[in-house]
Amino acid sequence: MTDETQTQPYNPALRESATFGRDVIHEIQRAAETGIYDIRGWGAKRKVPHFDDLLFLGASMSRYPLEGYREKCETEVVLGTRHARKPVVISTPVTIAGMSFGALSAQAKEALGRGASEIGTSTTTGDGGMTPEERGQSSRLVYQYLPSRYGMNPDDLRKADAIEVVLGQGAKPGGGGMLLGQKISERVAGMRTLPQGIDQRSACRHPDWTGPDDLAIKIAELREITDWQVPIYVKIGATRTYYDVKLAVKAGADVIVLDGMQGGTAATQDVFIEHVGIPTMAAIPQATQALQEMGLHREVQLIVSGGIRNGADVAKAIALGADAVAIGTAALIALGDNHPRYAEEYQKLGSAAGFYDDFQDGKCPAGISTQDPELSQRLDPVAAGKRLANYLRVLTLEAQTLARACGKSHLHHLEPEDLVALNVEAAAMARVPLAGTNWVPGQGGY
Amino acid sequence: MMKTHDLAVDGLRELNQALHDADTLKDAREWRVVNSDGAHNIACGINDDISVDIDGHAGYYCAGMNQKASVTIHGNTGVGVAENMMSGCVRVKGDASQSAGATAHGGLLIIEGNASARCGISMKGVDIVVKGNIGAMSAFMGQAGRMVVCGDAGEGLGDSLYEARLYVKGTVASLGADCIAKDMRAEHLEELAELLASAGIDEDPASFTRYGSARQLYHFKVDNASAY
Amino acid sequence: MCGIVGLYLKNPALESRLGELFEPMLIAMTDRGPDSAGFAIYGDEFDAGIKLTLQSDGVDEDWEAIAKGLGEQVGTVADWFSNASVAVFKIAGEESAVRSWLADSAPQIRVLSVGQSIEILKAVGLPAHIASLYGLKGMQGSHIIGHTRMATESAVTLQGSHPFSTGRDLCLVHNGSLSNHNWLRTKLKREGISFETDNDSEVAAGYLTWRLEQGDSLEAAITGALKDLDGFFTFTIGTRDGFAVVRDPIACKPAVIAETDDYVAMASEYRALASLPGIKDARVWEPEPGRLYLWEKDTARSEAA
Repeated sequence: MTDETQTQPYNPALRESATFGRDVIHEIQRAAETGIYDIRGWGAKRKVPHFDDLLFLGASMSRYPLEGYREKCETEVVLGTRHARKPVVISTPVTIAGMSFGALSAQAKEALGRGASEIGTSTTTGDGGMTPEERGQSSRLVYQYLPSRYGMNPDDLRKADAIEVVLGQGAKPGGGGMLLGQKISERVAGMRTLPQGIDQRSACRHPDWTGPDDLAIKIAELREITDWQVPIYVKIGATRTYYDVKLAVKAGADVIVLDGMQGGTAATQDVFIEHVGIPTMAAIPQATQALQEMGLHREVQLIVSGGIRNGADVAKAIALGADAVAIGTAALIALGDNHPRYAEEYQKLGSAAGFYDDFQDGKCPAGISTQDPELSQRLDPVAAGKRLANYLRVLTLEAQTLARACGKSHLHHLEPEDLVALNVEAAAMARVPLAGTNWVPGQGGY
Repeated sequence: MMKTHDLAVDGLRELNQALHDADTLKDAREWRVVNSDGAHNIACGINDDISVDIDGHAGYYCAGMNQKASVTIHGNTGVGVAENMMSGCVRVKGDASQSAGATAHGGLLIIEGNASARCGISMKGVDIVVKGNIGAMSAFMGQAGRMVVCGDAGEGLGDSLYEARLYVKGTVASLGADCIAKDMRAEHLEELAELLASAGIDEDPASFTRYGSARQLYHFKVDNASAY
Repeated sequence: MCGIVGLYLKNPALESRLGELFEPMLIAMTDRGPDSAGFAIYGDEFDAGIKLTLQSDGVDEDWEAIAKGLGEQVGTVADWFSNASVAVFKIAGEESAVRSWLADSAPQIRVLSVGQSIEILKAVGLPAHIASLYGLKGMQGSHIIGHTRMATESAVTLQGSHPFSTGRDLCLVHNGSLSNHNWLRTKLKREGISFETDNDSEVAAGYLTWRLEQGDSLEAAITGALKDLDGFFTFTIGTRDGFAVVRDPIACKPAVIAETDDYVAMASEYRALASLPGIKDARVWEPEPGRLYLWEKDTARSEAA
């Protein structure tokens, strides 16, 4: 990746179009050459209102803070209390989002399991079934139930600690999965019952139900098969969130997993990633409102994902109503994705450390988004798992620090009232006042 | 010992729990379910080679994710009968609603009446034999397994098919993208004869046409863009 | 997202038991639609004018006064009775005159149905509650269609409840979700069709109303709906003489039909039919995608729409 502005002398006579910028021109040229849309990994790269636009109101006179090292700020969360005999208990409200073996190497999946288990939180399978390594290394494993049903089988279903019925994800609500031929190795192909090396297109709709009235019956079936032991999550991409959450709850979900538009993917159309869905921060208040109106806030738990990077994001998501968050992109970075160690190799692939998003190509120098045996070998699951565990600890400590400063003895006691917004957009989306005012756009007041 | 479970009295949860319970199944290998009345999720998640006869119509997901068991429905079934079946045999004496045998990985599904839309959608290794007709978009994205249809097939048969093999005796309203008629070679006649025999159906294999994937959508080509 | 049920009696001897046969059908669809429910019942025909179902949110609406006003200003009220929040009037007068008198003198009153035969009864709550509220079990008639609603996007209100009236003796119930109803509502409003809600199913009803006003036959109107309505739907449409069933061409939303010598019944799921007499020997099948099924006074028809 070269930046023309750095290699050419400044020339005031050259004026770049705001509409047809160089990136736009490049994309038109690429489309004209190839005749196919741009497919890539990662999540939305455009700037959208995010948690950075929110600030906490730490305690001073009207509220009393908790002592950082002596006074407890609890972090344990119980997921699936509504119907399941065995809810999932996690020690920190940060879970690992669903990512498939296929999209990720077996080593990466194992590392996710190791890191999460060390901290006492859950990890999640993806569109490709459950591997023994993953099950073995994950103390709490959520088994995704996707439209494709690749590798879906009742034995694994009964081994899962929770089942996540996936309707969509933030990177591509309304779209199906993709795994390009480069990554359909013999093992991946075998698990998905597909010919090796072909482009795999996953369905966007479940094959045997459509809509919440039928989903209710599907959820009942999954409960019957697993004898009502484990929680059933329903995962949605953030779009018409207020309605979707209500319908998922009516259909019988124990837990709602809500993935905002910044949520990542292994491969989909760039146009999908950047142009479909709503930002995570805008989706949470809608979900919270829906749960509150049904009298089920914190009874049906809400897990939020899409752009969670630090403990402040965790605390802000919880303050807006989430019970826990899930991380995907950040977890991969913790494992070693986009590390400067591989700067040269990223450059050879036409990218750079910090920019690499071609997860669909299967050439990941860090050995994470690949099925190449040599590249995969580079990732030591033990060491990478340790890094993830460290990162999860930092997220938890940071969230606790902020919660204590707001006088909370449990992360769940954070409230929207503890937040203000830096700009009008964030205030309107998060439904918190603009800093220094009591004005919440769209909610009356001044 | 034959056990009779009255669904109207004894309940669905109790039935399924019993059918999952190794201790209960030790002495009860044959089950009869009465008063099914279209209830959903009957006999789903069985993992033992028992036999279950359902006297009457069943609702959604009857015998869902079946392993090893033989389940016979003496009536019609709702959406997704034998969905994601792994092994065993499910026989529907009447008609099956949409998505029969969806994503099933193995076993044998026999439908003596008609099956409606999306029969065998995303099938992954199951064998499906239908005495009557099948509805639109059947075998959509079929990955593996065999489907035999003694009657006619609706619109869009085998759309985006992978490696499932389809045998249809009657007419096909239209073929889906990337699905084509293929030659019946000796091995296909033999395979089809076995499937018909295992379902207990007397038809001449030579009167069927085989359909399969043209494999043109396996890798994106700009010339095929209209099929996406 | 909902449950649909319909029962059309071929055997007049059963007409006194219509409500009793239908009530368990409606209640069986509670899981599919716990938010609100309603039904349109046909019978007790009135040919000397029009029959209207009126509704008021007021708990002690003075129906006596309404009857008096209508009688004085519109036409002779041949008969009227109230039932929970609704009242049925038989009036020797014009529909437009009734509507304009109501708009001026009793704007709190809604017109739920107009015709010679139809009565529409609906409310927010569980199907069992609505059935007992209106005394469904004791009702008589020739045929009836009903709906249980799981609200998708529009509000859980009486106005958002089905059935929606689409013209004289016509109504519609819907299971599914339309994807182009907003543009269509705008177009229909320009054509003079009025809407009370942002409900997609009301647009489907409004569309049929519009096509019928243009002079289309019911078949032509439904054929047009298959072309112009996008999204997923199973519709059951009540007519003066029977009912029609149609599913969109993709047909993801379920439907099942049962027929005996005594009746034709339809439902989203078979379990709603399980309580009908003789069901074990009925011909039971699933309506095909994009095909119109119509039963009217013993003349069952099915055609590729």
